[in-house]
Amino acid sequence: MQSEFEAVIGLEVHVQLATESKVFSRARSRPEGGRSVGEELVNMNTSPVDTAQPGTLPVLNKKVVEFAIKAGLATGCEIRPKSVFSRKHYFYPDLPKGYQISQYDLPICEHGKLEIELKNGESKTITIQRIHIEEDAGKNLHMSGYSLVNLNRAGVPLIEVVSGPDMRSSEEAVAYLKSLYAIVTYLGVCDGNLQEGNFRCDANVSVRKRGVEKFGTRAEIKNVNSFRFVEKAIDYEILRQIEVVKSGGTVIQETRGFDSAKGQTFSMRSKEEAHDYRYFPDPDLPPLILKKAQIESIRGSLPELPQAKRDRFISLYDLSKYDATVLTQDKKLSEYYEESLGGIGNSKELGKKVANLITSELARLLNDADLDITGSKVSAKQIREIAKLLSDDSVSFSMAKQIITILWTEGGDVSSVVEKHGFKQMSDTSSLEPIIDKIIAENEKNVQDYRAGKEKLIGFFVGQAMKATGGKANPGMLQDLVKKKLKG
Amino acid sequence: MNQNHSIAKLQKDFIAKKLSSTELTKDYFKKIKASKTNAYLALCEERALKQAKTADEIIARDGERSFEKQPLLGIPLGIKDVLTMDGVVTTCGSKMLENYVPPFTATAVIRLENAGAVSLGKLNMDEFAMGSSNENSAFGPVIHPTHPDRVPGGSSGGSATSVGADLCVASLGTDTGGSIRLPASFTGIVGLKPTYGRISRYGLIAFASSLDQIGPMTKNVDDAARLLQVMSGADEMDATCAPNSVGNYLGKLKDKWSWSGVRIGIPKEYFVDGMQMEVEASVRESLKKLESLGAKLVDISLPHSKYAVATYYLVSASEASSNLARFDGVRYGVRPQSAVEAPDPMSFYKRVRANFGPEVKRRILLGTFALASGYYDAYYKRACQVRRLMKNDFDEAFKSVDLIASAVGPTTAFKFGEKSSNPLQAYLMDILTIPASLAGLPGISVPCGVDAEKLPIGIQFLAPHFEEERLLQAAHSFETEVYHAI
Repeated sequence: MQSEFEAVIGLEVHVQLATESKVFSRARSRPEGGRSVGEELVNMNTSPVDTAQPGTLPVLNKKVVEFAIKAGLATGCEIRPKSVFSRKHYFYPDLPKGYQISQYDLPICEHGKLEIELKNGESKTITIQRIHIEEDAGKNLHMSGYSLVNLNRAGVPLIEVVSGPDMRSSEEAVAYLKSLYAIVTYLGVCDGNLQEGNFRCDANVSVRKRGVEKFGTRAEIKNVNSFRFVEKAIDYEILRQIEVVKSGGTVIQETRGFDSAKGQTFSMRSKEEAHDYRYFPDPDLPPLILKKAQIESIRGSLPELPQAKRDRFISLYDLSKYDATVLTQDKKLSEYYEESLGGIGNSKELGKKVANLITSELARLLNDADLDITGSKVSAKQIREIAKLLSDDSVSFSMAKQIITILWTEGGDVSSVVEKHGFKQMSDTSSLEPIIDKIIAENEKNVQDYRAGKEKLIGFFVGQAMKATGGKANPGMLQDLVKKKLKG
Repeated sequence: MNQNHSIAKLQKDFIAKKLSSTELTKDYFKKIKASKTNAYLALCEERALKQAKTADEIIARDGERSFEKQPLLGIPLGIKDVLTMDGVVTTCGSKMLENYVPPFTATAVIRLENAGAVSLGKLNMDEFAMGSSNENSAFGPVIHPTHPDRVPGGSSGGSATSVGADLCVASLGTDTGGSIRLPASFTGIVGLKPTYGRISRYGLIAFASSLDQIGPMTKNVDDAARLLQVMSGADEMDATCAPNSVGNYLGKLKDKWSWSGVRIGIPKEYFVDGMQMEVEASVRESLKKLESLGAKLVDISLPHSKYAVATYYLVSASEASSNLARFDGVRYGVRPQSAVEAPDPMSFYKRVRANFGPEVKRRILLGTFALASGYYDAYYKRACQVRRLMKNDFDEAFKSVDLIASAVGPTTAFKFGEKSSNPLQAYLMDILTIPASLAGLPGISVPCGVDAEKLPIGIQFLAPHFEEERLLQAAHSFETEVYHAI
């Protein structure tokens, strides 16, 4: 967006930690046996602590600390040797204690950074100001004339990851979110289920004239839980604020919501209506003291992270940085890719082709069906079979793409699709030569022009020949043969 | 039939078949029902009689040995209504919780019951433990055990009167700024506030989390040691409960304690203006007796004591404003029953929170103000800094003394209504007990005399953190060799 305005975006991401029990109680933190949150009976996963029965006390779940440290280390944060839990007060029926236990002035992680890759091939470093541990609230269910409260979610552990105001477009914001998402899912500290709100984002957006150093007044867009909505919400908000400024108005500091149906943000409350949270250190929880050895042992246990995997893919298969990023940002997708290459060697060319098949054809099919890789109708094993056909030149890349689409829509196995649709690449000179000869004979004018220097016409001959073979000619071989013949 | 019998004596009687726990329990229920003191808010007769019956069976089977495993076997106790008991209405002296039945039992109570104690019922108290006269209970004041026109002290007023009037063998109180020690001194019993973190707070309905401690209120020091022994020690349900090893509180009482060379610090700041003359005289006389037994009296200074009351009311009210936020009527407690009464959350809260009494409201307002952004640094944060200075004062003092001694309250038990018109006057009753609370130190109130109207006077001993052994030994010696000898 080349306008006279520039957007400034900072993100606060709530990452739900995938611990078995809650952050301050022993109640289950997530549904049992792979059920979804919606299938769980209301108020089933609660203990007297979660319902804030008088006399109960919070006791910190050690696993939560470990997960928060992992997230901090993976984003280059410093882990504070001493951090403190504070109480954040406000009244709302889904907040049983009348305060949320969070970390305020002394968070567990600080001063990290994250590298993001953009479509134009550039990279950018986004700072992470802090990561702190906090508990989730419950959920109000509004009925006609009354409301109900479900406290299953109350006390579920979250980390809040706060970025610097370093992003300048929705593309950068989404790249940051995807990168962070990749890290927490690789670490296994988050289940990454976006529909269930495992990864929710608040976006602080402001605009300023290019060249101006001072930030404009920001609006905070609350609780957006899909990458696409974040993009839409930010884009809408940037345009809205530019409009306000252009028409001589001033942007007011406020909290806004995002209406995904309308694709618009709307005002929820202004700064004047903002709560005074009356933070103070929670006297029920001693400061969290971490020893160096403990932090280092967690550092030693970190798995391969997306960036390392991306670099490995680049060096093994010569992928572009962008493609490698796309393949590694989703842990499952990266595993799918590796599985589809399994047992067919480390051919750079093949690795690249398979990466292309996945990031183009398969990605399009998944996207159209609104599925992630786990919902793919074409298995990694099938991609591997297709890769084998590619590697021995028996199908072309364009055939490979078609096979994937047919497998997706019609099902079946690779060999029967190949057979049924006759996907057999013509890779022998003896059958291609007569076809080329015929085309050269029928297009004398073009032959003369080519020979006179109009080399672009090579495309015409190759195209005609490909058409004549029903698209089955081996494109590389065809090109070489046509060139040879035209030379005369 | 059992006035002032110690736990040891009662258990001897159980063995000798002079008395059964069931008889004793039934007798207590009879006395409680006949009593006009308003000490009890609820009785758990079924639970208690079942516990007593079990105790009698075990004693009949195992004799003397049964007390090794269960040192409080068959002993009827009263529990301050700030402590939760599974299935027993727990009101905290508040209308807010008049119908609240907790689904769990406080760790301290579980430990007492596991040790064989019989829980008679729940004891009256100032609402949410805020007060020093027990006049702030939503269920009416508690009457002094011997002087019906006097308050028993607070906030553990029911706990004090129930022991003083022998409506139980011993009771549990809680102490935030003096709520065990002051009523103990008013009613002439022993009241022990252990070191902060010595006893789990799980199940103690919080007033001020960084100050609240559970402690025994008993007829003698020996009984206090027995209760402390059972209740102390780490609890995985309370992160502030100390992992420090539990002392041999009871065993140490059998050792001969010599006052010879024991250095007792007398803080010059603790003989305050407006102190009742007889109180000062009685405490000074007691100290002289100890000196004659070989103790060395050392004048000390705790220079930040003058800020104690202000500091305490900022810290405790701030924490209270937060702790009491959960009483919103959404999950339990009294609440509007229809959308007509409360069409939106704000009107709902307004109605619900009107159920707090005036003292509780006053402190919630004070605490809310002290924590507000813009005031936090000047009030809450500053108070925490002063609190640290006061703790340093004590650390410094304990480098040169073994114990600190003072009066417990500036006066003996006052008359109903005497202080209720002026909250500040009432707050000053805690001036001698608050500093140890802020520093987290153990303190004990032991009877040391009476005034002209025969109202009891108490002496307070303080010891360094987790030195309950020393504190109890000294108090036990004072009780047996000084007080009972007078």
